[in-house]
Amino acid sequence: MAAGANGVVIRALDLVKIYGEGDNRVVALNGVSLDIAAGEMVAVMGASGSGKSTLMNILGCLDRPTAGSYEIMGEDVSRMARDELAVVRNRRIGFVFQNFNLLSRTSALENVELPMIYGVVPGKQIAERARESLRRVGLADRAHHSPNQLSGGQQQRVAIARALVNEPALLLADEPTGNLDTVTSVEVMTLFQELNDAGMTILLITHEHDIAQFAKRVLVLRDGKLIEDRPVTDRVRPKPKVEA
Amino acid sequence: MKYWLLVRVALRAIARNKLRSSLTVLGIIIGVAAVIAMVAIGSGASSMVQAQVASLGDNIINIFPGSMRGPGGAHGGAGTSSSLTEDDAQAILERVPLVTAVSPVAQARAQIVYGAQNWSTSIFGAGVDYLQIRRWGIAKGSNFNDSAVRASAKVCIIGHTIATNLFGDADPIGKQIRIQKLPFTVIGILEKKGQNTWGRDQDDVIIAPYTTVMKKVSGNTRLSMILASAVSMARIPAATENITELLRARHRLAPGVDDDFTVRTQQDIADIAGSTARVMRVLLAAIASVSLLVGGIGIMNIMLVSVTERTREIGVRMAVGAKAWHVLVQFLSEAVVLASLGGIAGIALGFLTAHLVARFARWPILISADAVLLAFVFAAGVGVFFGFWPARKASQLDPIEALRYE
Repeated sequence: MAAGANGVVIRALDLVKIYGEGDNRVVALNGVSLDIAAGEMVAVMGASGSGKSTLMNILGCLDRPTAGSYEIMGEDVSRMARDELAVVRNRRIGFVFQNFNLLSRTSALENVELPMIYGVVPGKQIAERARESLRRVGLADRAHHSPNQLSGGQQQRVAIARALVNEPALLLADEPTGNLDTVTSVEVMTLFQELNDAGMTILLITHEHDIAQFAKRVLVLRDGKLIEDRPVTDRVRPKPKVEA
Repeated sequence: MKYWLLVRVALRAIARNKLRSSLTVLGIIIGVAAVIAMVAIGSGASSMVQAQVASLGDNIINIFPGSMRGPGGAHGGAGTSSSLTEDDAQAILERVPLVTAVSPVAQARAQIVYGAQNWSTSIFGAGVDYLQIRRWGIAKGSNFNDSAVRASAKVCIIGHTIATNLFGDADPIGKQIRIQKLPFTVIGILEKKGQNTWGRDQDDVIIAPYTTVMKKVSGNTRLSMILASAVSMARIPAATENITELLRARHRLAPGVDDDFTVRTQQDIADIAGSTARVMRVLLAAIASVSLLVGGIGIMNIMLVSVTERTREIGVRMAVGAKAWHVLVQFLSEAVVLASLGGIAGIALGFLTAHLVARFARWPILISADAVLLAFVFAAGVGVFFGFWPARKASQLDPIEALRYE
């Protein structure tokens, strides 16, 4: 994975996000600064209302900060227009959601193809690249299954394959195990670790301490401020399954 | 850009909701079908009228006697005066170079008898050129000649209906029939012409020299009309003008006095038929726009529902990098494809309806490529017009809200 200047993927400075006006004014982020280098695997923790989701939306280029600056791969995206942000999301970021967000009644393969429809991959290569990405998450044989024919873990792996297909600089996972049972959660987190070993920069948001322990570094948010930034000392590293 | 991929997405969405999609486009289908069928029926009718106008004859100019002005100045109808004479007919032929043939016509109704059969019919007293002007051939036998006209010979040519009714299978040529008790020799049978636009049987007719009809059947010397043939369709107006001048001079009409005759040409009749067709076209356009408007609103309605239903999908697409116009194109093509499919189905249904009408109502139809193309383009246009707002609404969704939508 290519990284920006000095190997920095994300550089956020004094991010502020304010919703509403007057009495309804809510400060969701109150001056968050963080750097994430290439090859890191970072977990953002915090209770609900701590500003996790807001941070995720801004880092994922779905939203713009009220103040502060945000660079991804050395490119300032904090003042970009909607369609410019769409391009950044398409090229630089892979999203994994809690509820998978796969298109129903659409095959796994076509779900994985989705980002390429809006990207630069030539039409002829789209199917092959999608297949390759599914192979990477161990679902090559499920290409033509639709989401409702797949288990939760498999659905999340399809979502991960979709996130990876445009070779993003950053994999952004919002509570990726929130809808999964413990065993499947471990499987999915192990997959993240493998991808990270292969060089993928990963930022995951979770409120579960156990899940955060799979990462290399933990950030804790409270009331819109970063109150803790520590490396994970007792990192969980299950043995990878032979399957993948 | 990969437009076809966006269009493919639209096609899938339509295929996924087959029943809903077909109900959605029902309005368009019915609208387009109605237009296609009605245009087919309408142009069939007008082409039939045109063919009949053309079959009336060879660049025909009809000259009728004018109306009679009664005491107190009340006008009678056209043909109530006896202003036209044989000499007028002769003068037109000799003095108007744009006229190639002329036939005086004296019409009468009479009872005809052959053996035990009898029949009441129209008798046309005509000149030698009458049949040629009307482009009416003789199926069997021959026309009468000049000497028969001069001699007021009691010969006649009978129409197909009369031949069948009076003679059945027997050969009428050379037989004698009685018209107003006078014996006439049948010398020819006319070609079958069928019904005219008004449904009258054109074969229920007898043609005899006009001299004979005037002297021996009707008993008066008035002409019911003069039939003239112009050199070409284009010269009909000029010929009409010359005839009018000539007749006014011959009838010694002072300037400012109304004509005591009426000139009507094939062109006039064609114009009347044409104006009917124009009214029809305006009506069709009105029906088409109303039905397409209704159909378009149906499409807009369903597209709005579809956008709401698929809010989450739109959010996902935006998250993975769809720009506003990608979403716009996807939903717009869905609307356009829906409307176009409706257009195609409507064209098919219109064809079917037109053919059924042709078959069971025995009405001629004419399906023009123009109408089909126009209907299709209109249907697709309705898709663009009514699909734009829902598609724009979809493209302007906030990705975060859309992703969270339940």
